[in-house]
Amino acid sequence: MGGPITAALAGGRAGGRAGRSLWLIWAIALAAVPLLNKLPADSPFYLSDFVVSVTGKWICYAILALSIDLIWGYCGILSLGHGAFFALGGYAIGMHLMRMIGSRGVFGHPVLPDFMVFLNWPALPWYWHGFEYFVFAAFMALAVPGTLALVFGWLAFRSRITGVYFSIITQAMTYALMLAFFRNDMGFGGNNGFTGFKDLLGIPLQTPEMRSALYVASLLALMLSFLLCRFIVSSKLGRVLVAIRDAESRVRFLGYSVTAYKLFVFTLSAVLAGLAGALYVPQVGIINPGEFSPANSIEAVIWVAVGGRGTLSGAILGALAVNGAKSWLTTVAPDLWLFVLGGLFVAVTVVLPNGLIGLLRRRKRDEGNGQ
Amino acid sequence: MTTPAAPAAEPVLYLDGVTVTFDGFRALNELSIVVEPGELRTIIGPNGAGKTTMMDVITGKTKPDRGTVRFKQHDLTRLDEVRIANLGIGRKFQKPTVFDHLTVVENLELALKGERRPLIVLFARLDADERARIDEVLTLVGLTARARAPAGLLSHGQRQWLEIGMLLMQDPELLLIDEPVAGMTDHETHETAELLRRIAGERSVVVVEHDMEFVRALARRVTVLHEGRVLAEGPIDHVQNDPRVIEVYLGR
Repeated sequence: MGGPITAALAGGRAGGRAGRSLWLIWAIALAAVPLLNKLPADSPFYLSDFVVSVTGKWICYAILALSIDLIWGYCGILSLGHGAFFALGGYAIGMHLMRMIGSRGVFGHPVLPDFMVFLNWPALPWYWHGFEYFVFAAFMALAVPGTLALVFGWLAFRSRITGVYFSIITQAMTYALMLAFFRNDMGFGGNNGFTGFKDLLGIPLQTPEMRSALYVASLLALMLSFLLCRFIVSSKLGRVLVAIRDAESRVRFLGYSVTAYKLFVFTLSAVLAGLAGALYVPQVGIINPGEFSPANSIEAVIWVAVGGRGTLSGAILGALAVNGAKSWLTTVAPDLWLFVLGGLFVAVTVVLPNGLIGLLRRRKRDEGNGQ
Repeated sequence: MTTPAAPAAEPVLYLDGVTVTFDGFRALNELSIVVEPGELRTIIGPNGAGKTTMMDVITGKTKPDRGTVRFKQHDLTRLDEVRIANLGIGRKFQKPTVFDHLTVVENLELALKGERRPLIVLFARLDADERARIDEVLTLVGLTARARAPAGLLSHGQRQWLEIGMLLMQDPELLLIDEPVAGMTDHETHETAELLRRIAGERSVVVVEHDMEFVRALARRVTVLHEGRVLAEGPIDHVQNDPRVIEVYLGR
């Protein structure tokens, strides 16, 4: 009798042939882009450095989408401030990149970044110490968003702030951080943020090799995040998360601490968002307080909604599809983009509640029935 | 009828002289009820008779002004809701709340007694005993055929049974069930009566119900509440013919 129940609980829906073809897509995406970038520039299959960077950037967005889907799609927590965790991860790695400029800055100061020299600061503020080490910066890129989420989440979830109220205070959180980072005396470069990066781990950022390496690192990070999220959502903890989404008070009544579960998944999600930001900044070469803007966080939520909330591959698909459309449309008709984005959100809500993934699955099922 | 193995078996539930007042209104007035181990007891009474307040007092949601409330040897008036639930008193509320997007089996899995801390739950796997327990409850509540269906696709009656099954997963000694057949079809009502009779025996069950057809189908000891006290108690035939009961309740 154990058989059917074990199978019902295993949640191994992506197994078999579908699972194998998924791995093939991953492998091709991993190898193809850097290899095509190696071709001679006149080859029809040549991918320019620009394309490598742009796809690398989209992959970072996909990690951010995954982190939002984990809490929103599975646990029903709609964070409209996830861009803040992304930006904090980006700032942490940005601080390292600033320190690595060294005396090559405009003012040529051996230690202080240009903006500090400009502000006549005599020495490095205490919180800038340690960022000269990559490992420390990489750790902070995950630890700072995680700690903020832990404290913020503890205050919110303990007071049982849910639904739209939670969404509003996350908007306020990212807005407040944006205003704070705009201030010169915060020591994060004010409204200019950080830019003019030179190299990472001794390799110049502008070289094709570095761009390919960052692309590969981003894709590996996305893969690992995907596997981690899949492990979580198919575990018993994942089922508790879905139960919290469906009927929170009933879960509490069963003896589970809803606060502890939400805190766990919210913090993990913020760490993933920080990871995405940390991979993003070296590829775009700039980070400024605009990354904290509330609109960024909302846009990321729209990717998830378009792709298909509550399915991990949907979140990834949504981030790639919407950003692909954005890149294309902002060159063709730049004024239209915001209308399209808004229209997309309305259309998905009304017509496609399960997003693109829902559409694909329905088509697959129809084909299956037709045979 | 219930025939306790030992004649002097300690009652599972013992209420004596329980009084609860809300703003001068006596919701319970010197209420005394005794439930034996394995007994299936039905509580009926008109609206405002104190049925829900009685359940609230037993589960610790409401504290009585005075009186004794005991579960075996535990004094329930001194314990909070969580402690009382952990002692082995399960309560099913009127409105069924199951997790729509989880399957029937998954709903039962979450209700299973055991570790509740997130990091341990993350790595939790069902062992053979737990699977056997889930199977047993599935059979008991008659949902084996629907084990892998999402709870959202169940009929109203099946949802109620699933919720009773979730209570059983926590292995309570005393089950309190509030209006289980409200909104059910006649067929479902009879199935539910059957189910509750199967459950009783190993554990004690207290059912609050309005539906007289269902009370007759249960065919067990009935307590009639009126204005916060016991008006009559006994087999259904006896109670139905009691002139006082007819006056306040049945003969409307």
